[in-house]
Parts: sequence; structure tokens; C-alpha cells
Amino acid sequence: MRGAKSAKWVAIAGVVALGATACGGGGSDNGNSGKVDPKGIVSYANGEPQNALQPSNTMEAYGSVVIDALFTGLVHYDKQGNITYENAESVTPDKDSKVWTVKLKQGWKFHNGEAVTAKSYVDAWNWAADPANGQQNSSWYRDIVGYDDVHPAKGKAKKKAMSGLKVVDENTFTITLKNGIPYYAYKLVYKPFFPLPSAALKDPKKYGESPVGNGPYKFKSWDHKKSIQVTAWSDYKGEDKPKNGGINFKAYSKDTAAYADLKSDNVDTMPLVPNSEIANFKQDFGDRAIEQDFSAINTINPAFYTKQWKDIDVKVLQGLSMAIDRDTIAKTVFHGTRESATGWVAKGVKGWTKDACGEYCKFDPKKAKAAIKAGGGVPGNKISIQYNADQPHKDWVVAVCNSITKSTGVQCVGDPVTDFAADTEIRDQKKVKSIYRSGWVLDYPFNGNFLADLYGTGVDGNKGGFSDKKFDALTAKADKAKTIEESAKLYQEAEKELQNSFPGIPLWYNKTLSAHSNNVKNVEFDQAGDPILSEVQVFEK
Amino acid sequence: MGRYVARRLLQMIPVFIGTTLLIFLMVNVLPGDPVRALWGDKPPDPAQVAQIRHDRGLDLPLWQQYLHYMGGLLQGDFGKTIAGNRPILDEIKQAFPVSMRLAVMAWTFELVIGIALGVLAGVKRSRLVDNTVTLFTLLVISVPIFVFGLFLQLIFGNELGWVTPTVQDSENFQQLLLPALVLGLVGLAYVARLSRTSIAENRQADYMRTAVAKGLPRHRIITRHLLRNSLIPVVTYLGTDIGTLMGGAVITEGIFNVTGVGNLLFDALGNREGAVIVGIVTVLVLVYLLASLVVDLLYAVLDPRIRYA
Amino acid sequence: MPDLTKTPATDEAHAVAIADADAKAVDTVEAAGKPRSLWGDAWRDLRRRPLFIVSALLIFVVLLVAAFPGMFTSADPRSGDLTNHFLQKPNFGHVFQPDWFGYDRQGRSIYARVVYGARNSIVVGFGVTILVTVFGGLVGMLAGYFGGFIDSLLSRLTDVFFGIPFLLGAMVVLNAFTERNVWVITGALAFLGWTQIARVMRGAVITTRHADYVMAAKALGAGTKRILFRHILPNAIAPVIVIATIALGTYIVAESTLSFLGLGFGGDALSWGGDISDALADIRNNPHTLFFPAGMLSITVLAFIMMGDAVREALDPKLR
Repeated sequence: MRGAKSAKWVAIAGVVALGATACGGGGSDNGNSGKVDPKGIVSYANGEPQNALQPSNTMEAYGSVVIDALFTGLVHYDKQGNITYENAESVTPDKDSKVWTVKLKQGWKFHNGEAVTAKSYVDAWNWAADPANGQQNSSWYRDIVGYDDVHPAKGKAKKKAMSGLKVVDENTFTITLKNGIPYYAYKLVYKPFFPLPSAALKDPKKYGESPVGNGPYKFKSWDHKKSIQVTAWSDYKGEDKPKNGGINFKAYSKDTAAYADLKSDNVDTMPLVPNSEIANFKQDFGDRAIEQDFSAINTINPAFYTKQWKDIDVKVLQGLSMAIDRDTIAKTVFHGTRESATGWVAKGVKGWTKDACGEYCKFDPKKAKAAIKAGGGVPGNKISIQYNADQPHKDWVVAVCNSITKSTGVQCVGDPVTDFAADTEIRDQKKVKSIYRSGWVLDYPFNGNFLADLYGTGVDGNKGGFSDKKFDALTAKADKAKTIEESAKLYQEAEKELQNSFPGIPLWYNKTLSAHSNNVKNVEFDQAGDPILSEVQVFEK
Repeated sequence: MGRYVARRLLQMIPVFIGTTLLIFLMVNVLPGDPVRALWGDKPPDPAQVAQIRHDRGLDLPLWQQYLHYMGGLLQGDFGKTIAGNRPILDEIKQAFPVSMRLAVMAWTFELVIGIALGVLAGVKRSRLVDNTVTLFTLLVISVPIFVFGLFLQLIFGNELGWVTPTVQDSENFQQLLLPALVLGLVGLAYVARLSRTSIAENRQADYMRTAVAKGLPRHRIITRHLLRNSLIPVVTYLGTDIGTLMGGAVITEGIFNVTGVGNLLFDALGNREGAVIVGIVTVLVLVYLLASLVVDLLYAVLDPRIRYA
Repeated sequence: MPDLTKTPATDEAHAVAIADADAKAVDTVEAAGKPRSLWGDAWRDLRRRPLFIVSALLIFVVLLVAAFPGMFTSADPRSGDLTNHFLQKPNFGHVFQPDWFGYDRQGRSIYARVVYGARNSIVVGFGVTILVTVFGGLVGMLAGYFGGFIDSLLSRLTDVFFGIPFLLGAMVVLNAFTERNVWVITGALAFLGWTQIARVMRGAVITTRHADYVMAAKALGAGTKRILFRHILPNAIAPVIVIATIALGTYIVAESTLSFLGLGFGGDALSWGGDISDALADIRNNPHTLFFPAGMLSITVLAFIMMGDAVREALDPKLR
């Protein structure tokens, strides 16, 4: 069940090496009236979505943000990581968390007037699960009974519908899972669990180009590689009714170009300032700069399938971890825009605790040297850290290496791989030579997502071949808990246990670094790094 | 003449096939699976991977893929992208006019400023002007183009604010001015050096002495006799350079956010969109082959001693 | 000789494409007669040229630095101190000391990095030039000498490689290697760069092969190998040498451009190109991190191009 799920990943957004620069005076005061125009259009620096705009076929950031504006799912979560209901009236598990009953709010419609019913959900999911329809997110349904008939590992679908999905009445359906999952409601936040109007299933191609959803915004136009425009939908029934008139998703191929536009008020906000401007953006934007917690964590992970790390004494890994001066690197290389990690779970998710890693994530060169010595040393006394060179990893990898070498005398070099595609292939094929850099953005705001889905024996997200029986037992126990709260607590125990096996060395928590133009206010990002666009208010011109 | 052109066109066929095949093979040995890459950091779904692979014809043997591709090409079909399943022709159609515009502007810089500098230096040889021009051209050639690009961007775009640092609208000539200058800078230096040398050599030619002896006016000697004869190598350089300018703008387009062929290529390489890369190279090779044919024909016009049979 | 009519056009075009040695230089070889006197004259001429003396001195210093970097600095180019030296500005008074050029964003001495970075850049420059001259020269010589079918075949092969945009080709080739060391980069650049020399060599050989002394050698029964290497090569090599000298500089620039695109040296290898591309993130606030490696690179390239220029002018009597 708990293979790593795909939330979304940031498409290779241009190459940071091509970092152009922009500078000059801060934001000019363009003399807006200070009054809010409820019909004003917000422009957002985006990119061209990878696929057609179908919820079950969208996983990268550029498409995700558009889909989120056009569709509203059953549930979402708040800043504390608690489930909130959106299109669902209630989502209730049975006592084993195996059968989930979903009740919909009444009177919801799609943009084309069709009613949103239990059937809109069940049909959409069954359609997307069929491999013939080529929906990239189809493996999200794998927990549901009957998934393997619709989506066999090889070949064509044997059945058209998953037996675990049952429409009870117009507004109620049930989901039967293969195994109980106490936190399954979190998964329903994701795009493959959105509803589709019946017409979209008949002509997916047409509806992929001009999608019809049930969300706060209605699709207007898509000028490929230039912009996608959506307008506020007046009949929207949800809580997050737009406070603006619509959104213009402008496609940029380079974040540096978007940054230049943001400074000159030609675009209202962007997902992340370019690496070359991290040192400057606070000065450039003043109180319009945005720095928010983002539930993602950076680690470096040993490839446990290599000779070097196969039978390593955990003391060596603890030593390496203590040899890294996280605070200084965060202050210099990252210009203070990252926070040193103290555990394996990212901040802002349910069950996060401070200092899960204990003393082993605190810089202490003397202890580091002693621990490595006590553990028998690093085999070969040399490590390399693999990273993809198309994203700004080199700076911190070199700094980490320098810190390790200086503190312990262990040789350390960066091992750049041209780009993300090549890097992923090497990791998938288990050909990493020593250590690789890794990062994880939350799939759902629950600590289990950062633990069982990354370090459980044999799960898809476990690229380093880590395996620890004690840890596996603890996560299995957490998965059998009766409530989400209880499960999160048990997962905390599992996280503590990682101190004794060190599947990866935690480095930093990420932050969302952005800014907004003089034309708008109330720009915020959620813990998944997505902008909350419906809340943005536009000033009158 | 007609027979010569026909023969040249025939010779293009093996070159064309060879180049596309070479690029096709090179693209195919790249590490990293484009279909797998669609899932990013997350584990892919084998059934969907197989489905997409089959759909885009990537499960065929390599030679079949190539034949398939060339077959489509003959009918004007460049194939579909792996991500998004969109026609590649659309992407190329969007990018080429932009690059074409940039290339023509850069080329104009090379032509006008380059020849002007060359003439200036060549006609007044061994003077201060000559030395200054020579030094300038040497400097331009020695400094990497991206350093120039970034500095000019910093100065004109950020410090002085004369232009936007990056191009916002790739169809706006004014915004393309700075990137075009950067793109044409190296070529400009070569053109200047080339015309200077050529003029310097031809100044001592017999026909020049004859012209002077005949008492022809100076400007007539320079334009009709000296320039016409000296510019032959310059013309050939400029002719073949137009193709290079279009395909070689990866750096300039990246720095200035011009959404042309260079950018498309760079992204395609990162996403392992093999068919896009091969498609672009195909068009570039055609441009290059045709340009060199035109140059050779032009050569005959400029130099009456050359006759094509 | 079916192709002779069109040689001047295409060959000149490409001869100049990178390095502007015009075909007039090709003609000169014939006019200059015996090789020894040509080179002798050239050498006498060169010794009097300030351009040549300056560039030769510069190249000598760069080669010395590349060969014995330890002689010029005691600082470790790889070891950084983030706490004390993060992006420290240059201290121009401290000549030859680690803080002379300031420190980079890893707290490493930029002076030491510039000194130690010389070797890889120089090796790539020379390596590519040698490979390209040997391979391209051979192809050009065979095509030019034998003509006919061999010429057609080799010329089309040259066209195929020439048709691929250089940078694009290098990007594709280098992407295929996960481990990019000095040999991979040298090989990739040579793989795509040999066509220019081949074309120039072919042109030069065609103009030489009907010279009286070649005919005489043939009549005396000399073998093909002997004719090629003893008679044709010495007379046809002048334009190739000129181009190669100038091209050497452009290959060093090419390496830095590839680094800029993220396709330069891997691991912790030091090179000017790599440091230049790393410095770009700091260009706005700390331009010194970019200035020194870029400056050293440019001076070196300038030296080679000036040298090529001087040699070309010395070899061309009309320009003297």
C-alpha cells in the first residue's frame, strides 16, 4: 500500500546555471488607489503544463496550480495539517479504516451546469485507472480493492470498474481498501481524486484542452506556452470563493525572467525566486517579500547497496552527520533562507517533532571525528555526493563536503550528473557510487509520509536500499492505529528509532521564497509551496 | 548552372541523411529515460510507462524508429512530444520565427558594423584606427560570449535601464536589439578582421595600381574595385553564418529569455525529447545546406573567374 | 577533379568560419617556393614583431602556471572557510597571497583557484588542437590528394559533421557522459571540431598537388606515402598551423561555454570555465568572483589568437 505517492514535482524550470541577473532599485510605487477591485485579475508566473489539463494526468507544478484553481476535491487540510471538508460533507472510515464512506455536499455543479454527484467521482476514478486512458496518476488508486483488475501490471484492463468503489445514492459512495489506512483521507486531497463531468470522459482530448471543473475558477483560454486564463465562477459553492476576478497563468521559461517582471510589476507573484536572487530579494521587495515554511526536507542518503555502506557501523553515519556545519552553510551559501533540520520529517506536517535526530544533527567536529573512528572509519576514507547539476545543488554540496573534510579528514567530492533525468535513472537503477542528495516534498501533511514512504523496506521511495526491521515494525504498528492522532504519535517513535540506523543525513528544511507586486495584497503560500490564489486581492488601477 | 545546382542538391541528400542519423543516434544513447522522467522524483507506474512508450513508438527497434521518423518527415510530420503528446511541428513553428528574427538582426550587425570596421581599418592601414579595430576584435574573440552577454545585460538592462534585462516579448524588435548585438558580436569581429585583411591584400594588387594610374576618383576605386574584390571571402563567411546564428543562440537565448530554437533545444535536451532535437537539427541542417549553396552561387556572381558547369 | 571548381568558395568560407585564415594564405604557400625558406623568413619576421613577443611571453607564463601551480601559491584551491572568508573582497596589495583576488562563496582563495585552474583549460586547448589537426589534417590530405570517389566520400562526411551546430553537438555528446573528465571533454570537442581543419587542408593540398616538384617526385617514382608526407605536407601545412593556433584559443573558450551550460568538468576538477559559471550567481553583489577567472581565461585566449595572427602575417609575404 504505502508506496511513495506522487504529489507534484517542480518541472525542470529552466536551468539555473543560465542565471541571468536583475538589479536596480526596489519596487517602484505605481500609485495604486489602495482600494480593492473584486474584478481584478491576478497574474501568476507559471510555466507550460506538461500534459493536458486533466486532474488525473497532472503531477508537476505548472499544471497542478491550474488544476487546483479549476477543481475542488473532497477534502483539503489546514495549516496545522488537519483535514477540512470541501466538496465532501463527511468522509468517515469504519473501525478498521478499511471502508470509507463519502457523503457529498448537495447542490454542487460543474462549470457546464452538470450536477456533481457520487457518480462524477466514481466514474472519473475508474476511467483514470484504466491504463488505456494514459493517466499518469493512476497508481494513486492502488489501495482500492479491484484496482489490479482495472490496472494490471501488464497488458489491458480486465474490468472497467474497481469493485471497491460503490455508489450508494446520488450523494454517497464508499471506498473499500485492500488494507486499513488510518490516514487515507489525506490521500483524497490529491488531484486524481477530483471529479470529472461525464462529457469529459467521452471526449477527454477536448476537455484536456479546455477543462470543465467544479472549482472556484472557470476555464477561459489556453494559449500554449504563453498563458492560461481562468475567471472567477459566480456559482461556486465552496468556502474559498475567489476574492479576485480571475487568474492569468503566464508561462515563463526562466525564473530569472519572471523575477525581472515581478520587480517591474508585470506579473503579480511567482512560485520561487531564482537562486541568483536569494541574496537580494528581501532588499528588492522589502515588505512585499514572502518567506514561508514549506514542508520539504533536504537530505543526503547513503546508497546502502554499495560495498561502502552495506555493513557500515551506524556510528560512522552519525559522525558524518555531526561533521556538517548546517547553520553556517544556511547563513552563507543559502543567505539565511533555510533552516537546519533536526529530524527526518519536514516542518508543517502532523506529527512533526523537534530534535528527532538528537545530538547527531548538531555540528560538533570533535565528536564527529571520534564517532567515525569508533565506527571503524569510512571505507576508503572517501565519499562522493551525487547531485543533478541542472538545479542549484552544487554550492551546498561543495560546502557540505568541505565541512566534512575539514572536521573529520574524510575525503569528500561532489559527483554532478548532468540533469535530473540522468540523476533519477542512476538512482532507480541503484548505481549510485557512494551518497546521493535527496529531497522530499510532502504528499500529505502527515509524518508517516516522510518515514514509511521513504525508509520502509522495499518501498518505491526508498532509493538507497535502506532496511531496518525495528523501524518496519514500528511503522506497521502506526499504520494499525485507530485514529490519525494515534498513528502520528506512533510514527514519532519510528522516527526516533532512525537515530540508530541513520537511513539519511537530514540537512535543511526548505522555505518558500517569493514576493508580490505592488498591484496585489494577501499573497500567501501553503505548506505544499502552492500559492493560495483565491485569497489574493487586486488593487484598483 | 542548372546542372551544377542539380548536382549540389543531389549531394545534399546523403549529407542530410547522415546528419539526421548521427544526431538521432547520439540522442538515443543519452542516459535518462524521458518517459520515466515524466514522473519526476516519484516512482513511475510501469503499466503507464509501457503505454506511453508504445504510444510514441519508443518500443520499436532503433532502426525502425529512424525509418518511421524519416517517413513521417517526408510527409511534413515531425512526430509528437513525449510529454503532453503535442505535435512537434507546432513547437518548431513557434520557435523558428523568433530565432530567425534574432539571427537576421545579429547578421545585420555583422554585415554593417563588421564591414564598416574592416574597411575603416583596411583602408587606413597601420594607423591608430587599424590598431584600435584589431585590438577590439581580438578582445571580442577572447572573452566568452556569456560573459559579454551578462555584462551588457547588467550595464544596459539593470544599471542604466535602457532596455529590459530580459526579453518579455520575443516578437518585439526593440527588445531583441541587445541580444542580437551579443549574438552577432563574435561574427562581427570576424567580419571586421576578414575584410580588413582582404582589403589590405588587395590594395597592392595590380588592378588597383592600374585604376589609380587611370586617374579614377578615389571613392570609385574603393567601392568598385577594392571592395568588390575584397568582399568575396566576407560574403562567404556571412552566408554560412546565418545558419550558425540560428542554431548557435543557445547561450544568448538563455541569458535574455528569448523563446527561440536555442531555448527549445536546451529544454528538449533536459527532458530527453529526442524527436524534438532531431526535428530542430533537421531544419537547421536544411538551412545550412541551402545557405552554402546560395553562397557558392553568389560567389560566381562576385568573381567572374568562377564558372559553374 | 570534379569538385575543384567549387573548392575556393566552400573551403574559404569554412576556413574563416572560426579562425579567419583566408585562402590567400593558401595561395602563398605555392608562391613561397621551398619550405625551408618560407619558415626561415617567417621566423626572422616573427622575432621582430612585438605582438609575437608579447603573446609568446604570456603563453610561456600560462604554461608555467599550468605545469607547476604549486610554485605560484601555497593556498589549497579546494579548501574553503565559510566562517571567515565567505565572499571576501580582493586585497590588491597582497600580491601572490591567498587573499590577493579575494574569496568565493565557498570561502576559497580565488587566486589559488585561478592558478590551479589553468591546467585543465590548457590541456583541453592543446588536446583538442592536436587531435583535430591530426585527424582533420589526415582526412583533408587524403581527400585533396586522391580526389574522385575518396574525395566525395570524405567531403560528404565532413559536411555531415559540419552541418551539426557545434554547441548543440557538444551538448548532446557531453550529456551522454556521466563522468566528464578532461579526456571526455577534449574528445567531444575534437569529435565535432575537426571539419574545419579538414576543409582547409583539402584546399591546400589541391593547390599543391599539381606543383612542379610534386610532379617531379612522381616522375622519379616516389611512393604515395613519400609524396604526401615529404612533398605535399610541408607545403600545405602553413594555413593549417595558422588556423590551429587561433583555434586553440577558441577551444578554451568553448570549454568555459560548456561549463556555463552545466556541461563542463565534473567532480571537484578545477577549471576557469567552471569557476566562471559558479560565479554567475554572485555577479550582482560580488563581481570579483567572476572577474578574475574570466580575466585569466580571456588573457590566455588573447595570447593564442595574437600568436596565430602574428604567425599568419609572417607566413604571408603580401602582408609583411
